[in-house]
Amino acid sequence: MTMIKESFHVKQGDMTTAGDASARIKRQCKQLGIPASVVRRVSVGTYEAEINLVIHANGGRIDFAVEPEKITIRVVDDGPGIPDLEKAMTEGWSTASNEVRNLGFGAGMGLPNMKRNADAFDIKSEVGVGTDITMVFNI
Amino acid sequence: MQVSEFIRLSGCRVLTGDYEDRTIASGYTCDLLSHVMGKGQADMAWITVQAHMNVIAVAALLDFACVIIPEELPVDEAIVKKAAQEDIILLSSSMTAYELVTLLAANGVPTARKN
Repeated sequence: MTMIKESFHVKQGDMTTAGDASARIKRQCKQLGIPASVVRRVSVGTYEAEINLVIHANGGRIDFAVEPEKITIRVVDDGPGIPDLEKAMTEGWSTASNEVRNLGFGAGMGLPNMKRNADAFDIKSEVGVGTDITMVFNI
Repeated sequence: MQVSEFIRLSGCRVLTGDYEDRTIASGYTCDLLSHVMGKGQADMAWITVQAHMNVIAVAALLDFACVIIPEELPVDEAIVKKAAQEDIILLSSSMTAYELVTLLAANGVPTARKN
């Protein structure tokens, strides 16, 4: 039984609204009475993914689904793709621009933070096609 | 310690105006937002020289007790407004980040530990 299913569109390049989708997902989780520790992990994972859509992809889509036992966040974009996934998953490795680094991003922690906070993490990426990430959080 | 007590001891200005008092359970200072996302805990006081929208987003997502901008660095009105909307207590201090940390520590606030 799916309790909530919703999609959010994230715009490319707009750092002032980056985080809006994550904030709405967090609010919905809290309204459903999901434990704070789970909400926190969902928030971190989703926010990191949303920032990546804004700074690396051409924007994208976040699908949010809540079932009694788990929350699934799927993040899909048709951006440039990641040429070397192993490198991208390494803490400290980043291709972010100086402009983005000046805002405090680009520490190379985004994908590792997503993986660390999710109970299951899957990433598929193809250069020139896009990236597709699924994170599952057990409730 | 409570945010109100910290404000009294530090002489911080509350940029966001009226606030509901809350407990500071831990403290952390860092300007890399992804580090903060990784280590931040609920009810944490966060000291950062970054003063932009994403700081407010991170503080709201992780339910921080307050955000403290040191050395009276400028903060845009739009940021203050956003913080108020999100119920984030945004503080400005004449102290350096180092002085703020020592004040928190002297009053028994522990560091935020890695999750």
